[in-house]
Amino acid sequence: MDFNDTPEEAEFRAEAQAFLSQHLKPKTPGALRSGGREDFLARAKAWQKIKAEGGFAQITWPKEMGGRGGTVMQQVIWGQEEAKFDAPTGPFAIGLGMCVPTVIAFGSDEHKKKYVRKALMGEDVWCQLFSEPAAGSDVAGLKTKAVKDGDEWVINGQKVWTSGAHYSDYGILLVRTDPNVPKHKGLTMFIVDMKQPGVDVRPIHQASGGSEFNEVYFTDVRIPDADRLGEPGMGWKVALVTLMNERLAVGGSPGPDWKEIMDYARSAGTLSNQAFRDKLADWYVAAQGYKLTKFRTQTALSRGETPGPENAIGKIINANHLQDICNSAIEMQDHFGIIVDKDEAPSDAIFQESFMWAPGLRIAGGTDEILKNIIAERVLGLPQDVRVDKDKTFAEMN
Amino acid sequence: MNFDFSDDQKFLRDEARKFLEAQCTMAQVREVLDDDSKSHNDGVWKKIVDMGWLGAAIPEEYGGLGLGMLELCVIAEELGRTLAPVPFGSSAYFFAEALKLAGSEEQKQALLPKVADGSVIGCIAVSEGPGETAAGNIATRLKDGGITGKKIPVTDGDIATHAIVLVKDGSSASLVIVDLNQSGVTRKSIKTLEPTRSHAVISFDGASADLLGEAGNGMPLLDQINDRAAVLLAFEQLGGASRCLEMANAYAKERQAFGRAIGGNQAIKHKLADMYVKNEVARSNAYYGAWALSSDAAELPEAAAAARVAASEAFWYASKENIQTHGGMGFTWEVDCHLFYRRAKLLAVQAGSPAVWKEKLVSALEAKND
Repeated sequence: MDFNDTPEEAEFRAEAQAFLSQHLKPKTPGALRSGGREDFLARAKAWQKIKAEGGFAQITWPKEMGGRGGTVMQQVIWGQEEAKFDAPTGPFAIGLGMCVPTVIAFGSDEHKKKYVRKALMGEDVWCQLFSEPAAGSDVAGLKTKAVKDGDEWVINGQKVWTSGAHYSDYGILLVRTDPNVPKHKGLTMFIVDMKQPGVDVRPIHQASGGSEFNEVYFTDVRIPDADRLGEPGMGWKVALVTLMNERLAVGGSPGPDWKEIMDYARSAGTLSNQAFRDKLADWYVAAQGYKLTKFRTQTALSRGETPGPENAIGKIINANHLQDICNSAIEMQDHFGIIVDKDEAPSDAIFQESFMWAPGLRIAGGTDEILKNIIAERVLGLPQDVRVDKDKTFAEMN
Repeated sequence: MNFDFSDDQKFLRDEARKFLEAQCTMAQVREVLDDDSKSHNDGVWKKIVDMGWLGAAIPEEYGGLGLGMLELCVIAEELGRTLAPVPFGSSAYFFAEALKLAGSEEQKQALLPKVADGSVIGCIAVSEGPGETAAGNIATRLKDGGITGKKIPVTDGDIATHAIVLVKDGSSASLVIVDLNQSGVTRKSIKTLEPTRSHAVISFDGASADLLGEAGNGMPLLDQINDRAAVLLAFEQLGGASRCLEMANAYAKERQAFGRAIGGNQAIKHKLADMYVKNEVARSNAYYGAWALSSDAAELPEAAAAARVAASEAFWYASKENIQTHGGMGFTWEVDCHLFYRRAKLLAVQAGSPAVWKEKLVSALEAKND
């Protein structure tokens, strides 16, 4: 039992570190999400190009697709090292992590030639258009429809919670092409040009005050049949491949953790408070539980094993943990804790900022409840939830 | 990254599981539960002694197998799964580890081989009354090489042949080794929440005692002993918590209500998912404790405390919600749920309650991040 790299892993890590320190500055301690900055997209595109040219973009992709032909473990190591630097990676995470792999799996040679390299070089940004106002956890219940018209499909409907749609060039779009079969069987996946007429992107004003996500409206948008991914009606299977490609979570904590609240308590003179110490112990145990469980996953990866759905526990722990820490930090500040003005609020308002972000984290990418269902059904083998729409057509249910 | 047990250690785990499933069944646990005259299951104990497990972490020069702490962790988890009604922890986690840590060469030569072959059963006697034990609230005292006072409760104190006893020694505290089969020692069993592990009140009246470690160093030494035992106890707790989840899961799939298995309801599914998450957090923290213990790492105090806090929480939650999942059946004497609930509480308060370990953890973090 140890925490050391194998010689091959150590060699790759050193190579990655050398490359990163040649091109980027180390992350400032305590810096959080760096979205929002105006030049963020330009910086992200520039960094993606450097990465691709250096052979560090999409490490697990085959070389003929512009990847490194490396192992999942190398991808994890790269993620760990890149996270230590001020690397603007956000805009490409979904496109390269989920959308383009779907194009590679189901697209034609034409598609691969047209899209893959440009995405890899940071020239095109992709988004994923699955969720809808009435189809979140139950995404197969989506309503946006596509109707065949000659060699084209005509799209009408609305998507929601689309990250980066406002700066995306392309998207993968899941729509209903046949309402007269059960919901999972009437879906089809397309590539969509986000810059064409009829695609209307509107930022969502989030409860946190920011706008990282969008609504996307489709009004008589025409997509050539050639841009279909998979057969008509096979969209759900294609979508599962997209979701399977979701990157292994390699980042650290999404906000302040036990160390930050302990530092704050020390500066505020409340570290000796017994109730606080009791909670601090729980936060440390949870943070270690999250970190060390990832080490166990990496051990499995390092041995060439494939981690299963048990990975769902990471987000459950993390999101609730963050919300709890921020809540306690604010209450510890008493009335002053309500202040979000960074000039006045302690610790540059990191607790207040994450307090408003945490509710979203508990929902995005699978709610706590859906993740618990995944653990219950796929890890523990308990029966599936009742699905009253299971044997009914979509049209019957809507 | 190699944050897992080795293939050899996993082989040992599989063998231990097979052995205990055959040799230490719930019927054998219940022989102790249902018979007040029984302090442990002697048949099971003799077989465990024959396996050599007591000496797993005792060096070969002292008559042990000389395997290591990771192997002892593996065995502890399996004993926890089966609620083994034997004084293994008292003898192997506390007594033997204390001797390894602070015993003189003579003490180690005299006692460790006998712990390994089962002819000595050790225990630790610390508590004298409600609340956390501290140097200031113990009355048992050492005077002229003899000790006088009363320890209550002492886990496995009525089966043990020897005890390590915390005593007042002038203005501070010391640890001493006491042979329990002598005229100055009287023992009597006491009823506890956990009848499958016996407990005693031990009274000392000038009983002769042998100093363990330096005089006056009792409390720091006890902390070190407890740090080591905490990791091993965490593995027992983890084993128990894992069994609770398995029992609840099996019952939820089998029990029908309102026309289907109760495990199809989210209230049950999510409860079991919560158990799973807590157990995994406990497992990861226990592994880290095992790493710190086996590598003599400077991180042992916080690793042991975190392992203990996580495991106590996991076993508590799993044992109480296992009863809940079983409904009325779970509240009967005949169904095993309450045995895990009982064991969970014993293991949570032995060697310091969760509150004590939380404070140890925060103190360690404070010292480190000053």
